[in-house]
Amino acid sequence: MAKTGNSAALAVFGTFAAWYVCSGTVCAGEEPVTLRVCNWEEYIDLGEWDEDEVITLDNGVVIYGERPLYEEFEDWYRETYGREVRVEYSCFGTNEDLYNQLNMGDTYDLVCPSEYMIMKLIAEDKLLPYSDGFYDMNDTNNFYINNVSPFIQKTLEDNEIGGERWSTYAAGYMWGITGILYNPELVTEEEASTWEIFGNPKFNRQITLKDNVRDSYFAALGILKADVLTDEDFIQSTDYHDRLTDLMNDVSPETIGQAQELLDDLMDNVYSLETDSGKADMITGKIVANYQWSGDAVYAMDQADEDDFELKFAVPRESTNLWFDGWVMLKSGIDDSEDKQHAAEAFVNFLSRTDNAVRNMYYIGYTSSIAGNKEDNTIYEYIDWCYGAGGEDEDIMEYPLGYFFSGDNSDEDYILQSTGSQMGRQLYSQYPPQDVMDRTAVMRYFDTDANKAINQMWINVRCFDIADVPTGVWMALLAGLLVLVWLGYGRSKRR
Amino acid sequence: MDKFRFQRSQLCIPYGLFLVCFVLAPLIVIIYYAFTNGEGQFSLENLVGFFSSSNTIGTLAYSLGIAVATTCSCLMLAYPIAYILARSDMKHKSVVLMIFVMPMWINFTLRITALKEILTMVEGNLAYHPFFNTLIGMTYDFLPFMILPIYTTLLKLDGSLLEAAADLGADTVRIFLKVTLPLSVPGIISGIVMVFLPSMTNYVVLDMLYNSTYIMGSLIGAYFSAYDWHNGSMIALILLVIILVFTLFTNRYADQDAGSSRGGVLG
Repeated sequence: MAKTGNSAALAVFGTFAAWYVCSGTVCAGEEPVTLRVCNWEEYIDLGEWDEDEVITLDNGVVIYGERPLYEEFEDWYRETYGREVRVEYSCFGTNEDLYNQLNMGDTYDLVCPSEYMIMKLIAEDKLLPYSDGFYDMNDTNNFYINNVSPFIQKTLEDNEIGGERWSTYAAGYMWGITGILYNPELVTEEEASTWEIFGNPKFNRQITLKDNVRDSYFAALGILKADVLTDEDFIQSTDYHDRLTDLMNDVSPETIGQAQELLDDLMDNVYSLETDSGKADMITGKIVANYQWSGDAVYAMDQADEDDFELKFAVPRESTNLWFDGWVMLKSGIDDSEDKQHAAEAFVNFLSRTDNAVRNMYYIGYTSSIAGNKEDNTIYEYIDWCYGAGGEDEDIMEYPLGYFFSGDNSDEDYILQSTGSQMGRQLYSQYPPQDVMDRTAVMRYFDTDANKAINQMWINVRCFDIADVPTGVWMALLAGLLVLVWLGYGRSKRR
Repeated sequence: MDKFRFQRSQLCIPYGLFLVCFVLAPLIVIIYYAFTNGEGQFSLENLVGFFSSSNTIGTLAYSLGIAVATTCSCLMLAYPIAYILARSDMKHKSVVLMIFVMPMWINFTLRITALKEILTMVEGNLAYHPFFNTLIGMTYDFLPFMILPIYTTLLKLDGSLLEAAADLGADTVRIFLKVTLPLSVPGIISGIVMVFLPSMTNYVVLDMLYNSTYIMGSLIGAYFSAYDWHNGSMIALILLVIILVFTLFTNRYADQDAGSSRGGVLG
């Protein structure tokens, strides 16, 4: 009895082992590299487009998403380099979740956190620099370095942490700014173009803040420092940009204290804090304005347009947060394996191919860091396909995009003909004009103490303070307690 | 090899493994983190910190407030329903009961989303009454858990006791207060346990109904996402102790009460 059981188990095991060997190493002839990629949820094109979604651009490029990009990468890698790769694709919810996952022993080769988390990982020496070959512009398969926007690359090169440039470790993926999405019927552009809208009593309980400490703190700084930030002398000063960045990264204890008081007040004026529900609530009219990331604003405007309902996006005049997500390689995952590093860099390059960047932009709604180049203008053609105007259209305006595409905003090749109605709308949110970009500030990562302080500040704002309980409630509780005691006493006496 | 002997006690092995992996081990980790600081040294800082901050105490009070209010409103709604259903001679009792329980078959986020829209229609702007909305949402969510145990207890109630009480001259109100109510206490207790404990930590309902105040569950999450495992674990541990005390208390009370009320009826 036991013997037959054992041999049956052996047989099963044998079949399984044979299958494993065949599907894995022996039959393929070469061991495939496994690339473990961890990205934000819904942050890559998954293909399976409908037939009528095919995009045909003026330069003849046809864009169609058939399968998930990470699956198509495996084929491309085999065809291009003659090597096998298997992508294990997974997702994370927030930067903090990703960081905690990494600390708890999950290993990935390539991840896509936001700028401040990249800084933290660089500072903790967890990242692997990209190889020199990755930056070789003569290699036509190096799509990233050939196609990345000069504006994004300059930002990555200008920012340093501990003497290390971000560009050494990070390749830009998506980027955007923050601002206010509003209903133009009830809120004027003037009212929406300032962080102070969150304290505006006119919109009492009709506006939402973001449910995370960094975004809310940025808005609080914008209000606290509004006088300096909008001062003409300050804006015209030569080191304006450095001073702006310093101001928007002020984490001195006094400023954190002031921010806490301010946010406490704002909490009494806003509708709620949200991370996702704000878009739907704008469309259903529960709220008239909300703090929004540019990519989500585009999504919300698209959705609202389908219901013939207009929403607009305004960027506060004080300052706005320039953020981006980038691909970084982890030392713990790559583990000195050249094959892995090659596959990881190829993955970034594959996503940076202009047609794939368009597929991602179409699917996600955010703005890609990829701009293309003089030979391959697919990205620019895609923007033209989305927002371009001409011919019989009225109200034509010129919208210069050179800052993003060539680094020179007066570049004749990149002046888009669009309609004036695009101001404050999708084009404006996806590719903000130069004057908006001038007042962007990158929010850095804060050191352990400062990080602890602003997190504690946020917890204090969110917690119910027992000192706020009115005396009446205490009295009622006391009365209730007395009644209970009296009841219990009466019961035991009866026994 | 000896013949493989199957023993009944071997069936316990999977459960034992489960308990060790998913109950004991996490508990040890929580206790370790709760009583250490960032450097890994033993420390009571987290414990002292919790009880010396008006914010954390406030959060505990707010969570308890929501849990108590939810339990009370569930009890007040559920008891009459369960009583009517159990005592009536209705032909299709089970159908009516099913209608009350049916919402449980639908995903709860969907139900809360629908509730959000209805409340917005009624109140206009939800932001003015966050506590009240949370109470409605929680009650809606947990009501079936209160109805079912009370209904089952009342259904099992021996009708001859009620007849005896009536024969001995008790009026309807007295019968209810002296016989029915004491005998249904076990059902009420298990209903309270099933509603009170989860409503202390269910922060999804708060989030979805735009209540931005932290309760115990969300506070733990806030500390964890700030990489502060120590304070988060301490709060989890405190919550665990509260639940333990509460469970011990209700168990004892249920036993005592069942005993004394039986005596009361017969004596």
